[in-house]
Amino acid sequence: MKETILLTKHMRENPEDSHLIESYEKSNGYTTAKKTLLGSSPEKVLEEIKASNIRGRGGAGFPTGVKWGFLAENEERYLVINADESEPGTFKDRILLERDPHQLIEGIIITCFAANIKNAFIYIRGEYAKPARRVQSAVEQAYQNGYLGKNIFGSEMDLDLVVHLGAGAYICGEETALLNSLEGRRGEPRLKPPYFPAVKGLYMKPTLVNNVETISSVPWIIENTGEEYNKLGVEGSTGTRIFSLSGHVNVPGNYEIEMGSTFGDFVETLGGGIRNNKKVKAYIPGGASAPWFRGDQLNIKMTIDDVANNNSMLGSGAVVMMDQDTNLVNAAKSIVSFFAHESCGQCTPCREGTTWLEMILDRVASGRGRTSDLELLLDICDNISPGLSWPPKMTTICPLGPSAVSPITSLMKDFREEVESMIPTKVLL
Amino acid sequence: MSWDDKLIKQAKKIVKLYPQKRSALGPLLHLAQSKDGYISDDSVSVISELVGITEVQVKSVSTFYSMYKQEPTGKYLLSVCKSISCEINNSNSIIDVVKDFTGLSNNETDEEGLFTFEAVECIGACGGAPAIQVNYETVEGLSTENTLNLCEWLKNETPDLVVADELQNKFGGTKSFDWAISDNSGTTGSVPGFQTLNTTKDKK
Repeated sequence: MKETILLTKHMRENPEDSHLIESYEKSNGYTTAKKTLLGSSPEKVLEEIKASNIRGRGGAGFPTGVKWGFLAENEERYLVINADESEPGTFKDRILLERDPHQLIEGIIITCFAANIKNAFIYIRGEYAKPARRVQSAVEQAYQNGYLGKNIFGSEMDLDLVVHLGAGAYICGEETALLNSLEGRRGEPRLKPPYFPAVKGLYMKPTLVNNVETISSVPWIIENTGEEYNKLGVEGSTGTRIFSLSGHVNVPGNYEIEMGSTFGDFVETLGGGIRNNKKVKAYIPGGASAPWFRGDQLNIKMTIDDVANNNSMLGSGAVVMMDQDTNLVNAAKSIVSFFAHESCGQCTPCREGTTWLEMILDRVASGRGRTSDLELLLDICDNISPGLSWPPKMTTICPLGPSAVSPITSLMKDFREEVESMIPTKVLL
Repeated sequence: MSWDDKLIKQAKKIVKLYPQKRSALGPLLHLAQSKDGYISDDSVSVISELVGITEVQVKSVSTFYSMYKQEPTGKYLLSVCKSISCEINNSNSIIDVVKDFTGLSNNETDEEGLFTFEAVECIGACGGAPAIQVNYETVEGLSTENTLNLCEWLKNETPDLVVADELQNKFGGTKSFDWAISDNSGTTGSVPGFQTLNTTKDKK
């Protein structure tokens, strides 16, 4: 398999200075936005996005055109770019922010034109100091060139864009928590309904919240038409997607590919295989929230639907490979401890449950586990996500709690013996 | 108010960026940190006036987010990632090196005010695991040896400006992706680098 280069084209062809506006313009940057604002209509742009069948790249995979179509009528509407990339295993927005911030800004301009929005925000996680610097400089350059501000490209459109720095809270990647955070509140998710961002979003006004990669794809779609984009990939997972590959692979990195090949092919050809010719014991197909696949399931196809049909999710496109020597209890503990740390504390099952899961796993991992611990873990999981089914049922406002359940159900379903072998009483008996 | 005029002016400029004043709360907390290295009671009071909310409301927000420090941090904030990709690439050994060198436990600052150590959740450097951030400047592909060298270098050189690319060239290894662009900008102090916070500078 080979990469298909759309989103990462400019940065690859101009490795030295792809972040600068002069360089972006040399690659015909901003011409699509200009043409659109001066000669197209919001309806036409929305049609193209719908025809492309692009689905959101943040994790939930919601069709972008449908999302835009939901945006309620109002004088005041907002666009918020979710650049709070924090899902363990994911680093694909980081490259788009660092190396091609103008592509994102051009996408924002076109999106705001389509949705009649005058105020946009980029919410970048606080730990992304360098990416945030690059984006901030790019925004300033765009203002200087008249691509942001009043009468963009001499059209009647005004647009203000503010770069907003988060402060270290994974939960702010959840769109309603992000909006609370942007309003200067604790990053606690809101109940849906009634607080669907498209109706009651930022400041209770209709708001589009889109991922960095999704909006960075907009210029290509508008320039080349939605129909062309729809031809790439497979039905239900069109276009290209940047996958972040990490773990025990020879060549970790970001790879832009059309969806539809298998995980095995991906890891062998682009990832250079597993280090030291070892075998895969388990892998995570879409970020820390996703249930794991076993090493003998590498023939699953990398599409949103194929992964979902196998009871996991493609999520944020973060693929983490764990080789045969990985201590999976420690791996699960790392993930559960992540969610325990990042729980916002609103909902009891998540706040208390994730903490107990972490403590029990720690007990098991350090050889102090009890035979009753396995059932206890599953019982707590069941309180967070009743029935332990996929997609998860929830006793919580947002999916963070159920995400902590994923690694544990994966362990218990496919690697129960490994967990049992770590319980000392079994050996003593 | 005990923020000087210059800082107040800067703060008011930040407030103006937003349709509603309260949205500036996050950036103002970052600004407060760039002044003191943590969120002081004094800053809480100043910010509450600037944004028009109570001091308790400011504190409730500042204690929610892990990057707002409630106590003074050292000149160098060492944040070692311990999330899944780093965990399975031996981040524990990196954490041990930093702990041994600094003599610190998680979230502690040494008496000289030079180092603060924290083991943190995913910093988006999974392809270059294990990784560390020094004042939020990322260094990827660490070995235990280079981690020790990095700590020693910081202690001996005590640079005012921490530059990701410089540290990566000196002490890093495998990167998450090709950084490509040569970049000499960095962060001053344990606050993320951002022009509006005056914490970003270029190395000469």
